[in-house]
Amino acid sequence: MRKTILLLALGLGAGSATLAQKSATESIEEYRAMLADGNPADLFEAKGEALWKQARGPKNASVERCDLGKGPGVVKGAFVELPRYFADTGKVQDLESRLVTCMETLQGFDGKAIAQTPFNQGEQNNVTALATWVAAESKGMKFNLPQSHTQERVAYEVGKRLFFMRGGPHDFSCASCHGEEGKRIRLQDLPVLTKNPGNGVGFAAWPAYRVSNGQMWSMQQRLNDCYRQQRFPYPIFGSDALTALSTYLGVNAQGAVSAVPTIKR
Amino acid sequence: MRIRASHVLGTVVVAVAAVGCSSLPQTAELDRLTQSITQASFRDQGEVKVDRLVQDESNRECSEAQARGTPLAPEQAKAIEEANLKTVKWPQAGRFLGDWKEGEKIAQSGRGLTWTDDAKTPNGGNCYNCHQISRQEISFGTIGPSLYQYGKLRGVTDPDSPQSRAIVEYTWGKLWNSRAYNACSNMPRFGHAGIINEEQIRHVMALLLDPKSPVNQ
Repeated sequence: MRKTILLLALGLGAGSATLAQKSATESIEEYRAMLADGNPADLFEAKGEALWKQARGPKNASVERCDLGKGPGVVKGAFVELPRYFADTGKVQDLESRLVTCMETLQGFDGKAIAQTPFNQGEQNNVTALATWVAAESKGMKFNLPQSHTQERVAYEVGKRLFFMRGGPHDFSCASCHGEEGKRIRLQDLPVLTKNPGNGVGFAAWPAYRVSNGQMWSMQQRLNDCYRQQRFPYPIFGSDALTALSTYLGVNAQGAVSAVPTIKR
Repeated sequence: MRIRASHVLGTVVVAVAAVGCSSLPQTAELDRLTQSITQASFRDQGEVKVDRLVQDESNRECSEAQARGTPLAPEQAKAIEEANLKTVKWPQAGRFLGDWKEGEKIAQSGRGLTWTDDAKTPNGGNCYNCHQISRQEISFGTIGPSLYQYGKLRGVTDPDSPQSRAIVEYTWGKLWNSRAYNACSNMPRFGHAGIINEEQIRHVMALLLDPKSPVNQ
């Protein structure tokens, strides 16, 4: 039996590299399809929903009246319109930084302390769970970020410049990997993020559950890890650069259907 | 540093507010805004310091051109290539090739220079992330061209021969500083940026050019 498999494998290798390539890609596709059945992100979603209603923090209050851009307490449809400008903070904010604002104002948490907490620890876990639930409430809806306020358009323009900004020892920018059609890193397909990459792809895929490390990742964490691999310094949670970059990606994803929360390798 | 960063951010908010709610700032102002936002948005982590945000002229010009969506002017591209060619350090005693087996290990490794990497672990070349190289490794990226049979396709039967000299030198130069030959190449400047050292480059050279390397079978 083992011999047959070995011979088969040898035959495959000697036959055609393209064939081996294709079957490897196909088996990865099968693996992904298996993953999609039973996404542990559901657990984070349920946790987020409970957290939304739970009285917590120094003020012992919930974040139920949080204004995510569509009025206090309106959750459905909020995710696909973020980042957007908020008059009360005078800033363009993404989902996670807006949730921290609400935890600060409604519950009395220290927003700065949350921003400085490493991912997957303490209150950051709660921010991610909340983001997962809020985002999931817009599942199947199309991205439609507002660009009517000047600061929203400024964020897009700054985000575009950041996307193409080459630096660090490797001279990488976001565009090094996400600027051209049909490219891969190893066997990993890379979405083109200068335009709408398709439904449930790129910006329309995060927060996502990552099987490789068993963690739920928000978009803030996804971008943080991109910058890590770009060999850039550490992007500060909720910083203007990350919001601007998200605005650029989100506006480019106009019309893409959100599949959040998704599951990744 | 903290104080400077928050001061910069304050200036940014004022600058945007001054523009009002109707018109978008001019390109130059958006460029400046991007710079100050960048300065305020990143911090040191482990071995990785914020000085990595400082762009050299080559990166600044290529980034701007890409963001604009227009290629560099030919003379601008030529100037970048000339400046980068000047940085190429040619190998000691004309020793261009090392051991292809070591080269394969370096090509496989993506280690090095992130804030989670151990500075004591040797850096890798990340080569397979973007290139097909040997035929045996089917997990390869496609951002760069296939390098399978790199030497063979270029007629290199003896890397030490005068006939091979030009391609051997070009390959060394390309690995040391890719921008010497293509102003805005996506490829890292491995030697110039100190990602891998001279000895490691020799090994990668052997992987590509040694007739005995699996790449050239």
